[in-house]
Amino acid sequence: MPKVTIDGHEIEVPKGTTILQAARMIGQHVAPPAMCYYSKLKTSGGYCRTCIVKVTKGSAQNPNPMPKPVASCRTEVMDGMEVVNFTSPDVLEARKGVVEFLLINHPLDCPVCDQAGECHLQDLGYEHGASKTRYDFERREFEKIDIGDKIQLHMTRCILCYRCVKTADQVTDGRVHGVLNRGDVAEISTYIQNSIDNDFSGNVIDVCPVGALTDKTFRFKSRVWFTKPVDAHRNCTNEKCSGNVRLWYKGEDVLRVTARKDQWGEVEEWICNSCRFDHKKTSDWVIDGPTQVDRHSVIGQNHYELQKLKLDTGKQLKQLQEKK
Amino acid sequence: MGKQLLLEHINTPGIDTLNVYRANGGYAALEKALKMKPEELVEEVKKSGLRGRGGAGFPTGMKWSFLAKPEGVPRHLVCNADESEPGTFKDRFLMQNKPHLLIEGMIVSSFALGAEVSYIYIRGELLYVFHILQRAIDEAYAAGLLGKNILGSGYSLDLHVHCGAGAYICGEETALIESLEGKRGNPRIKPPFPAISGVWNRPTVVNNVETIAAVVPIVNMGGDEYAKIGIGKSTGTKLISACGHINKPGVYEIDLGIPVEEFIYSEQYCGGIKNGKKLKAVVAGGSSVPILPADLILTTAKGEPRLMTYESMADGGFATGTMLGSGGFIVMDETASIVKNLWNFTRFYHHESCGQCSPCREGTGWMEKVLHRVLSGHGKPDDVDLLWDIQSKIDGKTICPLGDAASWPVASAIRHFRSEFEEYIKNPASIKDVKHYYTTNNLQPTA
Repeated sequence: MPKVTIDGHEIEVPKGTTILQAARMIGQHVAPPAMCYYSKLKTSGGYCRTCIVKVTKGSAQNPNPMPKPVASCRTEVMDGMEVVNFTSPDVLEARKGVVEFLLINHPLDCPVCDQAGECHLQDLGYEHGASKTRYDFERREFEKIDIGDKIQLHMTRCILCYRCVKTADQVTDGRVHGVLNRGDVAEISTYIQNSIDNDFSGNVIDVCPVGALTDKTFRFKSRVWFTKPVDAHRNCTNEKCSGNVRLWYKGEDVLRVTARKDQWGEVEEWICNSCRFDHKKTSDWVIDGPTQVDRHSVIGQNHYELQKLKLDTGKQLKQLQEKK
Repeated sequence: MGKQLLLEHINTPGIDTLNVYRANGGYAALEKALKMKPEELVEEVKKSGLRGRGGAGFPTGMKWSFLAKPEGVPRHLVCNADESEPGTFKDRFLMQNKPHLLIEGMIVSSFALGAEVSYIYIRGELLYVFHILQRAIDEAYAAGLLGKNILGSGYSLDLHVHCGAGAYICGEETALIESLEGKRGNPRIKPPFPAISGVWNRPTVVNNVETIAAVVPIVNMGGDEYAKIGIGKSTGTKLISACGHINKPGVYEIDLGIPVEEFIYSEQYCGGIKNGKKLKAVVAGGSSVPILPADLILTTAKGEPRLMTYESMADGGFATGTMLGSGGFIVMDETASIVKNLWNFTRFYHHESCGQCSPCREGTGWMEKVLHRVLSGHGKPDDVDLLWDIQSKIDGKTICPLGDAASWPVASAIRHFRSEFEEYIKNPASIKDVKHYYTTNNLQPTA
């Protein structure tokens, strides 16, 4: 089994493990952020470039460093490989650049976006972005298209992670949407105004890291931080559906049903559209208990502020010492 | 004039037909090759020191020897004829005039690699060349040079020409493979490399038109003899497509190793700068390689004369050097505006970015907008630093080399001509002909 060192932490992982998976095995403090990679989807990753890391030693056999930063989600570990992520200023600078690129054409309409509070781009922006934009041109807009009565598409928010495309390929019976056009006008769209509607199409909402694909039945009902998540299950008649879901309560009402997500914000088990859209009464479900919230999200807890405070006090202390 | 290995008989009437081509020594390499063993052919190409003519300059023999050869899995040779780099037009010239040279090269190379189905992927805009190639292939089939049991040797090969739909990105080998398979032309994430898993997940070699054509003279004259042309690791001849402010633009075949100064000023080649003007800058290998000012293109930073070789061009790294690239030699005289030229290049890369990975998708458009602002007289004092920062965040962070190709011209233009940018920003009145420039490109300056 190959051994890899990431930011000074050594770990032994099975052959074929990617750097990102190995980093996740070590823990959240070394795992690079990922906007397009999704461990449940084959061939995902490599597009957004937020997970780039530097390989300072290729392997025990070939100790040369890799010349360019690599996408950790698509690079397999080699025995003796050494990787730097958060300990390398170059990597942090490069990642800051990627975050900036992802945000320059993003509308930043978080105040009216249903994804706000559980948005990965929001988290990424807080953790790795700058506080001010340098982009002073008009932001990109797209013609709005209707993709059916269950899913709302906001193309302006999309970061083209291809997760929904791969979900439709691998989870649903048939893909009717994809990426049209090229370059910075490439867009997620259905070909000739098709609607996305089959048993598992709702999962594209859960995999979307931003507010590009949101639940139309939950639209503008509530901010997510005013709803209480509760884990529940039912015996779903669809055999591909796990029936394990998360209900989001406001008072007595179930406002929305989603799949359960793990600590990386990834769906644990896929659920069908019937569970998601048609069963919004408590009596439809067997309640397992309140969801353990890991307080990862921006709104979940102001841990970013804490981090910043810590950094600032350190800096101030240093300045004080220098003065003395 | 150097040796004419590829452009020999190019002016002979009817050289695009099989009969005339054969009468002038065509398909001799094929007859010779079919009597050799495939491994011997690979060895000849290795000995010749031939390097990929598409831009990267990777040794062809080595690339061929990397090809995986699993039992029972077909292998493929794909010719990359998606020549779309601004300033490069050598492959089109060759295919248009001597289609049989490419076909002969394809048959010999396919035989060397053990491929039984090979493809020429040609750029969509070159539809008329597609028809020329198709006609030549039909002729070759009729003459028994393609198809089953070629010239009684027992070797069979099917050769297909596939027309792209006009995307620069499909010149990247994995995007080309995706497009050939009928998919969206997005580059694949490597590894695996095409030598292991290419077209339909089979081992594949992708070579440039000129590389494959050069195999023909190599077989004819022998690898050792070919290696005698040129200097050091840059062996053989190279097609250079020269354009810009020169007296004699066109495609020239040079022996690698002649001085750049000779190439620009000698009557055999470019014939000097037009209208007696002074040389200002040269983009030596197609739009993506760094631009160099006159003094650095003629002599290296060490003071030696710069030669037309892979090594000499790259001398000094990107700080004072450039790349031989694909041989698209763009010459600019003292009247040329580097900023305008750069905007044009950046506009191209913005338009051609596939949109798959974020730095290239967003960054190329941003650079274009900033340059557009500078050129329309609304540049801000920080714009040059901003451009530098954007390009540095694209360079090396993308899936395929298009990101690098978009950032290098920006980096080099700022590195060598920073004062010109600053002059445009400080003194917008110094920007001449902008109105004309924008109306011809159907773009208006932003208010």
